[in-house]
Amino acid sequence: MGIELAGGPAKEPGLLLDVRGLTKVFGSLIACNHVDLQIAKGEIHALLGENGAGKSTLVKMLFGTLAPNAGEILWNGKQVRIGSPGEARRLGIGMVFQHFSLFEALTAAENIALSLDSTTPISAIAAKAKELSQSYGLPLDPGSLVGDLSVGERQRIEIIRCLLQEPDLIILDEPTSVLTPQEADKLFETLERLRGEGKSILYISHRLEEVQRICDRATVLRHGKVVAHCNPRQETAGSLARMMVGGDVHEVHREHPDHVEGAPLIEIRNLSQAPKGPFSMPLKDISLTVRAGEVVGIAGVAGNGQGEFFDAVSGEAVQADPATVRIRSIDAGTLGITGRRLLGAGFVPEERLGHGAVPGMKLSDNMLLARHRSDAKAFLGGGALGFIRRDAIEATTKRVVEEMDVRKSAEDPEASALSGGNLQKFIIGRELDRKPSVLVVNQPTWGVDAGAAARIRQALIDLTRSGSAVIVISQDLDELFEIADRIAVMAHGEMSQTIPIQGATREKIGLLMGGADTGAH
Amino acid sequence: MRLELAKRPQHSKLFSALSPFIAFVLTVIAGAVLFALLGKSPGAALYAYFITPLTDLWSLHELAIKAAPLILIGVGLAVCYLSNNWNIGAEGQFVMGAVVGAMLPILYPGLQQSPLALPVMLLMGALGGAAYAAIPAFLKARFNTNEILTSLMLVYVAQLFLDWLVRGPWRDPAAMNFPQAPRFTGYAVLPELLPASGRANIGILFALVAAVLLWVLLTRTKKGFEIRVIGMSPRAGRFAGFSTRGAIFFSFLLSGALAGLAGISEVSGAIGRLQPSISPGYGFAAIIVAFLGRLNPLGIVAAGVVLALTYLGGEVAQIEVGVSDKVVRAFQGLLLFFVLACDTLIHYRIRFVPSERPAAVLPEAKSDA
Repeated sequence: MGIELAGGPAKEPGLLLDVRGLTKVFGSLIACNHVDLQIAKGEIHALLGENGAGKSTLVKMLFGTLAPNAGEILWNGKQVRIGSPGEARRLGIGMVFQHFSLFEALTAAENIALSLDSTTPISAIAAKAKELSQSYGLPLDPGSLVGDLSVGERQRIEIIRCLLQEPDLIILDEPTSVLTPQEADKLFETLERLRGEGKSILYISHRLEEVQRICDRATVLRHGKVVAHCNPRQETAGSLARMMVGGDVHEVHREHPDHVEGAPLIEIRNLSQAPKGPFSMPLKDISLTVRAGEVVGIAGVAGNGQGEFFDAVSGEAVQADPATVRIRSIDAGTLGITGRRLLGAGFVPEERLGHGAVPGMKLSDNMLLARHRSDAKAFLGGGALGFIRRDAIEATTKRVVEEMDVRKSAEDPEASALSGGNLQKFIIGRELDRKPSVLVVNQPTWGVDAGAAARIRQALIDLTRSGSAVIVISQDLDELFEIADRIAVMAHGEMSQTIPIQGATREKIGLLMGGADTGAH
Repeated sequence: MRLELAKRPQHSKLFSALSPFIAFVLTVIAGAVLFALLGKSPGAALYAYFITPLTDLWSLHELAIKAAPLILIGVGLAVCYLSNNWNIGAEGQFVMGAVVGAMLPILYPGLQQSPLALPVMLLMGALGGAAYAAIPAFLKARFNTNEILTSLMLVYVAQLFLDWLVRGPWRDPAAMNFPQAPRFTGYAVLPELLPASGRANIGILFALVAAVLLWVLLTRTKKGFEIRVIGMSPRAGRFAGFSTRGAIFFSFLLSGALAGLAGISEVSGAIGRLQPSISPGYGFAAIIVAFLGRLNPLGIVAAGVVLALTYLGGEVAQIEVGVSDKVVRAFQGLLLFFVLACDTLIHYRIRFVPSERPAAVLPEAKSDA
């Protein structure tokens, strides 16, 4: 199975990749509809679009993991058919994935060796990786165990792995979503250096500021179609966002109160916890009080204990001392998640599928999942037998779907059939509908499109206005600056003091996120 | 050249429903080939195997006797498998249920004259099976032991224990040195349904009642919801506040109790006494029944009848066509193979991967940062 070469149509000079009319159909959904994309040699090209706009599908076709239904790909002016990632690499296309594919128990060099076709000894690979890491300003020790590395360092492994194959085109999928602002700056320097060497980069991102900062041209996708080719530097963030969503993005309305005098609704006192496994973070003496009417944001780079903190607060991991977690002034440390829900708390975990919702179950079943005790009177009958009252659950599901504008294809679809943003709106709506006095949300808008994200943020603000306390754990600093009244930072299982939003700057937060990070290595 | 299974983006609902029927047809075709290779006429052999047992009233009674334990055990196993607990040891729980239930008539023969004897024996049988299933459940919940191995190994312990009992302490002194316990009498015998036409007993009613009750439990109650959630997504189950350990014990104890009830019903009904072997592999065949019935208690009733037919048909084929009784196991194995193969192909498609391609695909490991 080789690469089919055919006499291409008229060459456009300087074009590395020329995609014409690429189309991919899944059943009744046209994921990519006659997409055109031109990438010149030595340019950083942005691919913009909301979730579900067809970015991933397009990239998968370029990297050979999906076969297009129609259209052609011209590489250096010659028509090619990319049948597998191996063929893409041989052409000179490299890819750095959003979700890393690394083995935690192996070293950086071993991970790199795994993806190479050749039988080069690992020591030679390590030496080459070291050389590349120095020349591109990507500090990395090839002998270190991946499990011990920060997310930023793991990304560097992926980038070096990609560079080792000397690609002409590098595809980066949401590369900064896991980085501190300082780490992102370093990445941008590397990208500019690569551009200087004549390499081309396809940069996929939601973050308009970054795109404007480093990208030469942009292709904007909406509902599988190209809606614009533009120069992002001649656009404003607002105009780019309008192209992406096809309308004005709803701005979150709020006023920051000077100080909050509400009653403390959730108090965490000296929460410590040993790590649960070799790659899990300990929690070190965390204390935090959130009052009625305020949003406290928890910033931090992924994997610094936020997941463990969420589990400890939600009661999926219980504490030995009841006073460690107090909800509405009642000791709740020894209560499980059901007991804490009954005290008026609601929780939204980071993983939508498989944690916040069962992928293969209908939305109405997923409604029952989180509310089988708090709404036992409405949802269950028959006393101890616990007969499920489908009509009541379906009515509540319908109410939440309407309230949060959840878009779905069937009356009561399985959770996995919804797009990420719509499922997240449902999961958050499921908790909001209970009017919880405390809501703890981990990554509320991770991978959610701009329209849905704005709606979710507004809903969180509205909840605090009605007198509830909200904790938002997020890696997205823009989001925290938009909705939080105070921000604390988690690094290596420790939590900083909260900083009132009026006194917080991105630099200050970024240093707290990254400072502790470098301190440990 | 090698084969790879690639997940289908959507699986066909139609074929999911048809899968047991396709599997059955494929089993019959494979059976025809099997008989032809053995030098028998496939038509006659298959007729003897699948049709003859249904042609007279007497053998329909036998069908009910064979189907009862298969259904009773199968519905319990369905609860286990739905909650992602792999109880493979129903055969052992069946034997221990029979042993514990038989304690009453063997150790206190006088009590067999009381009308309460049977209900007490059935209860003891269920408790015995449940207690025996509690061992792998405890080991899994406490030490994270693989329940497939522990429950399977305990089958042989139970079988040897029964063998020792009937050759040793519980041997009937009046049995001319045959290894068997005294015959049950009076109220210790499971009543027959229609004694005029055959020997089917009320065990089949237990099976039908259990199937209906478990269908209600699984589809209509919070407990059933909890079991399905934990089976499909343990992390979401914890988020819902459901206990994974609780589900381990619940499903093992329930399936153990039903297997134990089947065991005591079998010895107090169809067999009438304890003997070294009391089951032609019901506990294992019930695994096939559970999957053939798509883990749905009502589907399992139908699947139980089909598997019962393979036992009866095997006997008829042995007599009329002259094939080995091992053909029963072969048929059951084929059936399970085809059910699982159909289910796999509904969710995955086979992809041929040319061998010259280097193994350059990125490792699929996900790092949960």
